[in-house]
Amino acid sequence: MYVAVKGGEKAIDRAHQWLGDLRRGDREVSQLQVEQIGQQLTLAVARVMAEGSLYDPELAALAIKQSRGDLIEAIFLIRAYRTTLPRFGYSTPMDTANMNVARRISATFKDIPGGQRLGPTFDYTHRLLDFALMAEGEPPMAVEEHPDSQPPPHILALLDKDNMVEKAVDDGTKPGDLTRTPLDLPADRALRLQSLSRGDEGFLLGLGYSTQRGYGNTHAFVGELRIGMVTVSMDIPELGFAIDIGVIELTECETVNQFQGSKTVPPQFTRGYGLVFGQSERKSIAMALVDRALRWEELGEHNHGAPAQNEEFVLAHCDNIQATGFVEHIKLPHYVDFQAELELVRRLRRQASGETA
Amino acid sequence: MNEHYNFAYLDEQTKRMIRRALLKALAIPGYQVPFASREMPMPYGWGTGGVQVTAACLVAEDKLKVIDQGADDTTNAVSIRKFFAHTAGVVTTEDTAEASIIQTRHRVPEEQLNDQQILVYQVPIPEPLRFLEPRETETRQMHALREYGLMHVKLYENIAEHGQISTAYAYPVLVANHYVMDPSPIPKFDNPKLGDCAAIQLFGAGREQRIYAIPPYTKVISLDFEDHPFEPMKIDESCALCGAEDAFLDEVIMDDEGKRMFVCSDTDYCRKNILARKQDDMS
Repeated sequence: MYVAVKGGEKAIDRAHQWLGDLRRGDREVSQLQVEQIGQQLTLAVARVMAEGSLYDPELAALAIKQSRGDLIEAIFLIRAYRTTLPRFGYSTPMDTANMNVARRISATFKDIPGGQRLGPTFDYTHRLLDFALMAEGEPPMAVEEHPDSQPPPHILALLDKDNMVEKAVDDGTKPGDLTRTPLDLPADRALRLQSLSRGDEGFLLGLGYSTQRGYGNTHAFVGELRIGMVTVSMDIPELGFAIDIGVIELTECETVNQFQGSKTVPPQFTRGYGLVFGQSERKSIAMALVDRALRWEELGEHNHGAPAQNEEFVLAHCDNIQATGFVEHIKLPHYVDFQAELELVRRLRRQASGETA
Repeated sequence: MNEHYNFAYLDEQTKRMIRRALLKALAIPGYQVPFASREMPMPYGWGTGGVQVTAACLVAEDKLKVIDQGADDTTNAVSIRKFFAHTAGVVTTEDTAEASIIQTRHRVPEEQLNDQQILVYQVPIPEPLRFLEPRETETRQMHALREYGLMHVKLYENIAEHGQISTAYAYPVLVANHYVMDPSPIPKFDNPKLGDCAAIQLFGAGREQRIYAIPPYTKVISLDFEDHPFEPMKIDESCALCGAEDAFLDEVIMDDEGKRMFVCSDTDYCRKNILARKQDDMS
């Protein structure tokens, strides 16, 4: 008798049971603690928070454990959870100039007010497997130094004073909310940045890379990259003023891009912007590149037909939860469509052979 | 019923937003209404649009039926039915006539629907013009201007090349003389059931954030030409289980020598036919 894909409840339950068992692995090995993931896989946690659009390291760690380390699956768990949360309101704009920086570098100036701060980076590590970690050797403690407690100024703000770089002014437009209203195209820059900030790191990396290889080149320099803790404040209606409600880690990248000027604007540097939850340098740089490439129209540049310049293309495809769902859904049963197609092909073939006969 | 979630999972604000979109969709038949689709606890592509529409329509007294490929026992249909049994505590059924809401993927039930029923379709790509024009900004304008020349040219080219319109499923329809609409990937065999249907037909595309609808008793025409009229494809076989000759059939491969049989894709229709035949035999 025909059973095929017609599985049913029992099969689903058993499959879930097996999945849970595999997730646990060899029971002789101690179970991974959510706290360990939160403490020791912080960059994975950061990615899940960024693309899950929810700043909660503990839940992100739980999602990583539950998803067996599949980060897109973990991001999906966080997104699905996030939707169920009540929305109390919006924070006041984050002031990244007041960031308590752990790392802050500029690729455009050697010496900068506030100094270059290397911070915890892989940049100059030699990528040699450290077998001591396999033996669970303890690394030495980091040396703590507090050279300057003042938050360093934004580098682009310094260029701004000379009118060398385009002004970044708040025109008072209230930014939309991608998660509450359907995306309407063309989108403004605030909405684009929202979408990119939660977009897939790999997708943005590829797109950002493509701009560097001639598909919508924007000649970018990293004006500044900073990582650190920023205070979140919120207006409380009952109080009538904003109070600090917490601190979150952010990575911010501002690129300085060459711009030859247009009919209305003199030659000056323009900006690309990346802002991501947690420590996520790769993503924030890629985001800034893509942001700048998408601004071609606003700046009166030529459209080269490059993918990174195409707003609809970028915004419609950068969300990995949408992408993974649709790509993977073709494994669901399609036998009705396929049957219809099969019959059509048979008919076309009959017709074709009939015509030649 | 699960106490931790609101009735039918979604919060009331979200349901209200979806209901508004549904009302607008019913008021403008075939028009794709943007809505702020939520992330659901199942992946995009698994019917998140349909699930949100169903959640917004469900009331405690509803009887829910869920089918995928016409069948009640396909894994995803089981999973969605379980989801609503769990989060809304509604009664579920496999009987098409008994259900007040039917969520479906890829099929329209064979049994004629009545005016007390809602049929909810899961939609992957709501835009019938998408594969002709990828830009959303363009396609919205084309719909507004009823600029469907591109679609007719495509169908014409089909005929010029293959002697017939070579679209077997998701066959485009014209709704109430205005909007060209994607009926979701149902086989074109099902297209004639869309028009003049007593039930409300709602279409939800979660990933693409669109809702559209066909109100009851609406004129729905499958696109064609006078000299190449639309033809619902029906193969010259009958169901090996119930003997139905008027149903859409799945082809089942029986062995590795290519032996096959055909069975109804609509499992409830097949079950009822078999039952009726047994009763005939007994009397």
